[in-house]
Amino acid sequence: MSTTTRPLPPRLVQETLLDLRDFVVSMKLTLVLLGFSMVLVFAATLDQVKLGIWAVQEKYFRSFLVSTQVGSVVAPVFPGGYLVGGLLLINLVAAHFYRFALKWRKAGIQLVHFGLIILLVGELLTGLWQEDAHLRLNQGETKNYAESFREFEVVLSDVTDPAYDEVVAIPIDLIARKATIQHPKLPFKVDPKSYYPNSTLMSRRGGSTGVAAPGGNAGEQLTAVPQAVTYRPNEDNIPAAIIELTGPEGSLGKWLVSAELPVPQEFSHAGRSWRIALRLKRAYLPVALTLLKFSHDRYAGTEIPKNFSSRLRLATPDGRDDREVLIYMNNPLRYGGRTFYQAGFQNNDRTTVLQVVRNPSWAVPYVACTLMTIGLTLQFCLHLFGFIRKRRTPATSTRPVGRPNLA
Amino acid sequence: MKQYFPTALALCAVAAILLTLRAPQHSGEYDITGFGGLPTLVNGRVKPLDTVARTTLLMLQGRQRVTMPDGGSLTPAEWLLEVFFRPDLADTYQVFEIVQPDLLGLLSLGPTEGAGGKRFSLRQMSPKLGELERQARLADGVETALRTTFQRAAIQLRSSILLYQELQVSLLPPGNHAFFTEMGRLEQMLPAIAAGRAPKPGDGTTDATLLLELATTFATMERAVYLHPVTLEGSGGPTDWKTFGGAWSQAVATGRIAPAAQAFVALGRAWHGRDPESFNRTVGAQRASLVRSMPAVMNRCGVEFRFNSAQPFYSAATVYVIALLFGVVSWLRWGDVLGRSAMGLMLVAFGVSTAGILTRMWLESRPPVTNLYSSALFVGWAAVLLCLILERLYRNGIGSVAGGVIGFATLVIAHHLALGGDTMEMMRAVLDSNFWLATHVVTIAIGYSATFLAGFLALIYVLRGVLTRSLDAATASSLARMIYGIVCFATLFSFVGTILGGIWADQSWGRFWGWDPKENGALLIVLWNAILLHARWGGYVQARGLAVLALFGNIVTAWSWFGVNMLGVGLHSYGFMDAAFWALVIFVASQLAVILIAALPVARWRSFRGQRASRGAQIP
Repeated sequence: MSTTTRPLPPRLVQETLLDLRDFVVSMKLTLVLLGFSMVLVFAATLDQVKLGIWAVQEKYFRSFLVSTQVGSVVAPVFPGGYLVGGLLLINLVAAHFYRFALKWRKAGIQLVHFGLIILLVGELLTGLWQEDAHLRLNQGETKNYAESFREFEVVLSDVTDPAYDEVVAIPIDLIARKATIQHPKLPFKVDPKSYYPNSTLMSRRGGSTGVAAPGGNAGEQLTAVPQAVTYRPNEDNIPAAIIELTGPEGSLGKWLVSAELPVPQEFSHAGRSWRIALRLKRAYLPVALTLLKFSHDRYAGTEIPKNFSSRLRLATPDGRDDREVLIYMNNPLRYGGRTFYQAGFQNNDRTTVLQVVRNPSWAVPYVACTLMTIGLTLQFCLHLFGFIRKRRTPATSTRPVGRPNLA
Repeated sequence: MKQYFPTALALCAVAAILLTLRAPQHSGEYDITGFGGLPTLVNGRVKPLDTVARTTLLMLQGRQRVTMPDGGSLTPAEWLLEVFFRPDLADTYQVFEIVQPDLLGLLSLGPTEGAGGKRFSLRQMSPKLGELERQARLADGVETALRTTFQRAAIQLRSSILLYQELQVSLLPPGNHAFFTEMGRLEQMLPAIAAGRAPKPGDGTTDATLLLELATTFATMERAVYLHPVTLEGSGGPTDWKTFGGAWSQAVATGRIAPAAQAFVALGRAWHGRDPESFNRTVGAQRASLVRSMPAVMNRCGVEFRFNSAQPFYSAATVYVIALLFGVVSWLRWGDVLGRSAMGLMLVAFGVSTAGILTRMWLESRPPVTNLYSSALFVGWAAVLLCLILERLYRNGIGSVAGGVIGFATLVIAHHLALGGDTMEMMRAVLDSNFWLATHVVTIAIGYSATFLAGFLALIYVLRGVLTRSLDAATASSLARMIYGIVCFATLFSFVGTILGGIWADQSWGRFWGWDPKENGALLIVLWNAILLHARWGGYVQARGLAVLALFGNIVTAWSWFGVNMLGVGLHSYGFMDAAFWALVIFVASQLAVILIAALPVARWRSFRGQRASRGAQIP
């Protein structure tokens, strides 16, 4: 028996393609997607009360499907931001090119839609590329790195040479997956035994539980008690892990590491000094910043803040830049592809908190918005002039329309 | 005769409003007006004492007039004098509004014991103040969003009482009945102190004891930091002000005293001792000296005092209502005369609001919108401006009615927002940028106005069409065109405003868009307007559908303007409030009800009833 599949009649293929095209460029699709966006944005706003802004962004906007707990199962219930935004983008691009016509009358609308395409793409790029971090500086302190808001890393550093440190940073995801890590720079294997995304350290009373190691080991006095993960904007998660290091001759011991411990723990192995710590992920900067003075101005006779500002010394390692800069509210510093904002303060006004943002696509929204604003204004003016012209030409009086209509 | 009626009516309204602008004059023996115009620094802003009195009263009892136990009434400034200098008497005035039944129960008070069934005096509450404090403390431990109405009321009442007591101890130490005599003695000692011959505690003289006691008193009074009424030598800039206690503390140490601090002692002595002549003389001398040393500050305070007593937004609200009534009646009878009258009144009310907003801008040196209160004023103002343009173009009374409704409603909203305190507050650090306030905030507010206006035009379309027979084909089609035009305008401004907000956020927080509730709210308005326009361009809706969509726009805008602030989260939540929650719910419900009405089949609409299908099809 021949099993040749009969080719579809060309007309049917063509019709299906045409149908698909009509669907993709249709305004009905636009309306439905805009409606979905509204529902999504509204639900995300309400959910912020419970989840906090970061979790909401992940759940609603940086996802293809929004899942929620229905009874005991987690089920997708609504299209997420990537899906709605992606479809909207396809719809927009398709319709834009399908209906494109080089006409003066349409220029406004074209510009608006073209700008919108750029805006959506820019938002996607921002989501993919933007890195932001915190830079905390005490009065007089100098730092050449910023710290992540919520991401952590486990760091092993060889500090034998006083001139420099050899640092190996392990992303927390690997620790959480309990993956065994071998690195050419490390003479031992890193073996995460347990990981708690949020925890508190408690003092260990009495007997030890076998977490022992040479040198000062926090695990001898302390133990990590797991806590529920928090999403509140004013609370931080404090992760902790128990990590075993194994050299060629067997285990070196287990270390309790936690973001709550203020200083790294030291140990020596094979005649070299090492440090181990769990800390906020660092992003190194091309400059070193020193806090000269933080000012917190208040309105006279009140506690209402008037301004926050940080006077800093900015110095590059090559010595080309060495100057003072002032960062204050609504006036960030842009340097080396990064922007430094005044974000907060701590420690009785002696510590400044700067936000460091790196976003290669930062200019995209500006371009998009300029195009859209020009487009909308153009379109509005065209309508307005058309309206005025229409009113002027037929001078047939429609004046007493409001006349009583008592039949 | 008929043709002059609209002009005459508008002139009457103007005359009535001009009457409110007369220089307020003191009717009694005391120069209350002069006293009320004296400047003081409160919450970072230099303002007349009259403003302090009015905002305090609004916060305590939601209105500015004070009723005395004997039935007479006090002006705000008179009440403030009583609080300052006759505290025992002031405690018997019923100025604390309490309506929460459980809280009344806690205080062992019944509505019948209060003035107007809801206002009570501190004296009435005094046996239970300890218990109130305990309840407020318990409520402090509960997260704001989770507090019960009782807990919120307890915290609110406690803060009202604290504010009142802070004012009470600003110029007079509590419980010291010989204070003015002692101050007389201190004033005699000042030259000796200045010359370094102050009586020493070791001397054992009564003067030395008195000096020690007064130093302690002033140190205590210095802790009341709400009012800074004493100017030092200087321009009257915000850093040149001191508390009464602070000024006298310094005098005890150095022997030198600012004349303003002395003037308040003299005023207190005169008011306490019922000596109008001496009171008026002190007020006059103090004002004359301030006018010499800081003419600009005194000028501002004078204008603000006049502005307070004229209450231009109350006048405007009244005229808007009258215009609204004329406009509605014009659809049924005497269309031409009443329509023009409504337009004239609208112009008058609009002029008054404009003057009021401009005065506020001048007093604050700020763009028109700085907080929720001023946004209500401005949203109303911009909507009325659009209505006036519509009315000028179409002359069918619709602009007048829509403008009257929105103008009046926004002023009522503004009145309720004013109960939170001074409406010309200082701007928190991130907002302290006139450039962004003038661009982003104003554009967004115009976007709100236009979206609301489209919604109200839709409301008129539906209610007139369903309930009356006055919506003829011409009116219906011009209404539909108005709605469409205003939606286009709203889209432009909401979008540009949202974008400007993104740029501001990028400049100050490091991200263009952060899904913050207020940003989401603005986005919802833009999305909704986009849906409206696309639905219309795609031919999915006709006039009636457009009206229904525009009505829902009211809900979206109300949510974005007030709803998100009630969530109490996000970077923009500086305008937090919870009292307005029910008002919002009722508004949303009313809009949904009208949408349901609009869903009635066209054949049931009174205006279109009995029309043949062919004609009916082209109208809705």
